[in-house]
Amino acid sequence: MADTAELREREQKLQGMGASLLRKEDARFIRGQGTYIDDLKLPGMLFGAIVRSPYAHARITSIDKARALASPGVVAVLTADDLKPVNLHWMPTAGGDVQAVLADKKVCFQYQEVAMVLATDRFAAYDGAALVEVIYDELPAITDPKKALAPGAPVIREDIADKKDVGHGPRTHPNHVFTWEAGNKAAADAAFKGAAVTVREEILNPRVHPCPLETCGCVASFNKATGYLTVYVTSQIPHLFRTVLAMLSGLAESKIRVVGGDIGGGFGNKVPIYPGYVVATVASIVTGVPVKWIESRIDNISTTGFARDYHGVGELAADQDGRIKGLRFTALADHGAFNSHVSASKLPAGLFSICTGSYAIPNAYCRVDAVYTNKAPGGVAYRCSLRVTEAVYLIERMMDVLAQKVGVDKAEIRRRNFVQAEQFPYTTSLGWTLDSGAYHAALAKVLKAVDYEALRREQAAKRADPDCPTLMGIGISTFTEIVGAGPTKVCDILGIGLFDSCDIRVHPTGAVIARLGTMSQGQGHATTYSQIIATELGLPASDIVIEEGDTDKAPYGAGTWGSRSTPVAGAAAATAARKIKDKARKIAAHLLEVGEGDLEWEIDRFKVKGNPSQAKTMKEICLVSHTGNLPPGMEQGLNAVAYYDPPNLTFPFGAYLCVVDIDKFTGETKVRRFYALDDCGTRINPMVIEGQIHGGLTEAFAVAMGQQLPFDENGNHLGNSLMDYFLPTAMETPHWETDHTVTPSPHHPIGAKGVAESPHVGGIPCFSNAVIDAFAHLGVTHMDMPHSSYRVWQKCQELGVNKRPGDV
Amino acid sequence: MIPPSFDYHAPRSLGEAVSLLSSLGDEAKLLAGGHSLLPMMKLRFAQPAHLIDLGAISDLRGIREENGALVIGAMTTEAELLQSALVRNKLPLLAEGASQIADPQVRYRGTIGGDISHGDPGNDHPALMLALDASFVVTGPRGQRTLPANGFFLGLYSTQLAPAEILTQIRIPIPAAGTGWSYQKLKRKTGDFATAASAVLLRMKGTTVAQVAIALTNAAPTALRAAAAERALVGKAINAASLAEAARLAMGICQPAADLRGDGAYKTAMCGEMTRRALEAALARARA
Amino acid sequence: MAKLHNVSFKLNGKAVAAEVEARELLIYTLRERLAHTGAHIGCETSHCGACTVDCNGASVKSCTVLTVQCAGADVLTVEGLERGGALHALQQAFHEEHGLQCGYCTPGMLMRAYRLLEENPNPSEAEIRYGMSGNLCRCTGYQNIVKAVQSAARKLAAKPAAA
Repeated sequence: MADTAELREREQKLQGMGASLLRKEDARFIRGQGTYIDDLKLPGMLFGAIVRSPYAHARITSIDKARALASPGVVAVLTADDLKPVNLHWMPTAGGDVQAVLADKKVCFQYQEVAMVLATDRFAAYDGAALVEVIYDELPAITDPKKALAPGAPVIREDIADKKDVGHGPRTHPNHVFTWEAGNKAAADAAFKGAAVTVREEILNPRVHPCPLETCGCVASFNKATGYLTVYVTSQIPHLFRTVLAMLSGLAESKIRVVGGDIGGGFGNKVPIYPGYVVATVASIVTGVPVKWIESRIDNISTTGFARDYHGVGELAADQDGRIKGLRFTALADHGAFNSHVSASKLPAGLFSICTGSYAIPNAYCRVDAVYTNKAPGGVAYRCSLRVTEAVYLIERMMDVLAQKVGVDKAEIRRRNFVQAEQFPYTTSLGWTLDSGAYHAALAKVLKAVDYEALRREQAAKRADPDCPTLMGIGISTFTEIVGAGPTKVCDILGIGLFDSCDIRVHPTGAVIARLGTMSQGQGHATTYSQIIATELGLPASDIVIEEGDTDKAPYGAGTWGSRSTPVAGAAAATAARKIKDKARKIAAHLLEVGEGDLEWEIDRFKVKGNPSQAKTMKEICLVSHTGNLPPGMEQGLNAVAYYDPPNLTFPFGAYLCVVDIDKFTGETKVRRFYALDDCGTRINPMVIEGQIHGGLTEAFAVAMGQQLPFDENGNHLGNSLMDYFLPTAMETPHWETDHTVTPSPHHPIGAKGVAESPHVGGIPCFSNAVIDAFAHLGVTHMDMPHSSYRVWQKCQELGVNKRPGDV
Repeated sequence: MIPPSFDYHAPRSLGEAVSLLSSLGDEAKLLAGGHSLLPMMKLRFAQPAHLIDLGAISDLRGIREENGALVIGAMTTEAELLQSALVRNKLPLLAEGASQIADPQVRYRGTIGGDISHGDPGNDHPALMLALDASFVVTGPRGQRTLPANGFFLGLYSTQLAPAEILTQIRIPIPAAGTGWSYQKLKRKTGDFATAASAVLLRMKGTTVAQVAIALTNAAPTALRAAAAERALVGKAINAASLAEAARLAMGICQPAADLRGDGAYKTAMCGEMTRRALEAALARARA
Repeated sequence: MAKLHNVSFKLNGKAVAAEVEARELLIYTLRERLAHTGAHIGCETSHCGACTVDCNGASVKSCTVLTVQCAGADVLTVEGLERGGALHALQQAFHEEHGLQCGYCTPGMLMRAYRLLEENPNPSEAEIRYGMSGNLCRCTGYQNIVKAVQSAARKLAAKPAAA
């Protein structure tokens, strides 16, 4: 019998699930050998620079290309009129709307794409772009979504002014996109009527931008001789991208190849299909040479992939002890000039209805009204599943508001309302079935780790001391996330279900190549997927190669966003591996001349029950599977493909606690401590998980404390470079403490949930709750993000807490 | 973002640079560290036809002590200031200020002369120079002249530098031993300009102020010397009442422009707060 | 056509030359003429540090330096860190401490950390955070980058004793 030391050694050799395996991706990145989109240089390649509108709302009177065309190196200037003959001046959006590829007679947001200058290099292209003369006739702009539906408001989308519906039900105003609701309004209203306590708060999730360090870009390369189109692109969704290109261009989808390459961060910014990609593709089809288009940082922040802009109203009804009886959440959603936000077709407000959070709330209703404004189009999920940050922010803020109203501690109000561990799977009043959870235990672990009672005592002492120069705040967030879109019965984009896939080929020597429909942007898929397969197949992760992002090689999948890679493609990997293992078991039984039922699996081999010296290792079976020594009728090879349609989403959760000290006199907030406990079910690679949590918390910190895209009333951007847009440096970023519990998902093959977005989604309300808690004793129940020093100081000023003795 | 084309000149001597600048006139701009100018050119906000790079003129670099003053070449970088034992020991206020400018990479390229000549009230050296009573040696077609920092800054991006004049040297008197110092800068994040900042040099006599200099960054179209606040402090102890009065007087001269960093009220209040903190920190470092 | 300047300098120890317009920034010369694509463009306004290379013993943002300013310079990029097939201690440490995710900021981070350790072989955490504050990372939250720089510093300090 194998002793435990030997078993452990065999297990360690695999570096499977649970091991902090160092990342396979790193080898090229630490040498500067990554291949990002702008690193690509194809022979004869032209560079495209986009001419953009200086106005947020204007008619285009004329476009004069002559000076640009005369500029050295300029090959062509494309405008909407040039795209019309191929019917590509407009494109359909995933949101059911259409979007101008190049502005057609009118611009609807500042920096909108008006023309593309093609030139022999990027210097010539930018010079040419500066020489395209566009005459505009400026129109009044709408930047405040609250004014969009006013009678007589300027009509932003004249092209669809007569349309009664843009994909999601009746429209009530030319600037109205859709109204979506969930839950039982009558039941919720009834709960409010009889309630001992009700609270209401207006809560903004401001317009922000994911701002990955690499901007968006592509190289489109059409071969006129073969009719093949290859597009190298910074896309989180290469397969869907290919399908959309096929629909737009009319080319056979089999003649289009989309290649992801290395991606310098995505965070949702690289999900949509942008006009720049389409123009570059058309340009390549027309010219027959490769065309590169790369965004500048200002273009990136101004035009592609904003997030949020949800103007929410939260209402809770409770008994006098703070036990919640009813929830009503609404949001006015600013979708910008075109509804190009990417969500599952049946979910125009994404997963906003997760807004009951971790709490057992018997009656709930939510509603989202989406409107057009003269701002950039879209609305992406910035390190979250669509609209989950908005939902979780609302409920986690409202829990604090309720606690203050009832006079109950902010940890206690959560405990009183948590779904109990024994209630799982738990179906919420808005219809989601939470798969698993242990909320009380998670919160208790955090409170103990930070000595919560002592922190509250310190806070009370500081509040009692009028000379204390700081305000101390303690924020708690006990969030539940919804990730892993998703079951095809609820989730599709353009009719394509959001399943994912894995194709595993095992070679005779036991080396493996696996290809998946997802697309890593730094998450470490090459490492973690290989660990799943290593454990499932008993073959070492070091010999398992993972490929993604090349649509000619990988099976179809919906890409990487919404923490869906592990919940969906990770499940496909396990499922495909299990198909292989089933075949391997048959081969082992054949070789050992026993029945399959006489075998048991042990780490890397099948052994005969009761006779452990009789065994076949997976490695041996791999070779045999390529010989003729197989059970009768069995084909050679040890390959499998799995398409995984998840039965449900997964619901990771966590308990976070943040302590801040606010300088009363400058408004500066110092994060003294941030303790994050995450439960993402089964943990595949603890090192990678921890890295994802550090990153997500840092992005949450950025959103809560400083990020915002501000506009003036004419729709002009006021801060769209990294001078103003807040990306924290190592100096501003707090130190993170991490912890975990493990509550596996019961419906996932390996029990894993997603994790990358939890720290972002759960972190943002935790920072806000801490900042607002610092003012709670002064009667403050809410302050909108971002909690910049300026805005926090204004609150100090308003409350008069920054007076010094002798000040007047 | 690509800058428009221009002609590049790299004179080897100051004389050559001055004559280039005189002959090219308004079409030319001087290139020092380039960290203000090149981003402006990439955005095509600045489109000079000629750039005159001062990087090859070795006379414009270096730090030396001369007659109770430090003489600093205009092309000396922030990193060189920070690495200089002379600066650290004799002008710790300058070192403290330079350490808070932008980020490490920018400090390797950014120069003290470029920072001063740009006339941007958001730059840190103008207020530091005012507090330190520096003077500037400038060279032009008609020779060399020396201008006190006080009065040099005329308005937004406007200084006493005449066309074709180049700032070549900064002379800073070494404060008496025991002088306290502090540069307090509030900013949104690393790399940002100050929301407000205050530079203080403080000499105590016993428990009262013998001499004090206070200068403000980003408080108005130019850096400001807070003379009334200084006068109010001389002869007094530094305590709650005198700090409040000094802050009030410093705030009284502020006329900051509103932007994303804050409105006029916030920036003015922060000038007061930074002044208060700089005075307290300088007091802690002063030896009577 | 704009005037071209023939600029020669040393790149990772080797003499190189390029014919460039005066307006060409060093990042483009490295990436597009000299096939050194390790340094990246992230912000174009000298805030992100993804383009950081070492030039004459200083960390510089190569998107804010003209190539013509580098005549005769000694330029070191991430491609030059590995010597004789051995990774630099920083490269190894970034791998071991999980100091990178998408990898886009990594070359700039490594080159900045290289100069930081040349100047301060034993930096504290505060000194590392200050010294690395010209480089943005959107993925890691910096914590593991700090650990990596500390770990590399320890290894570099131990090296002479081991040799």
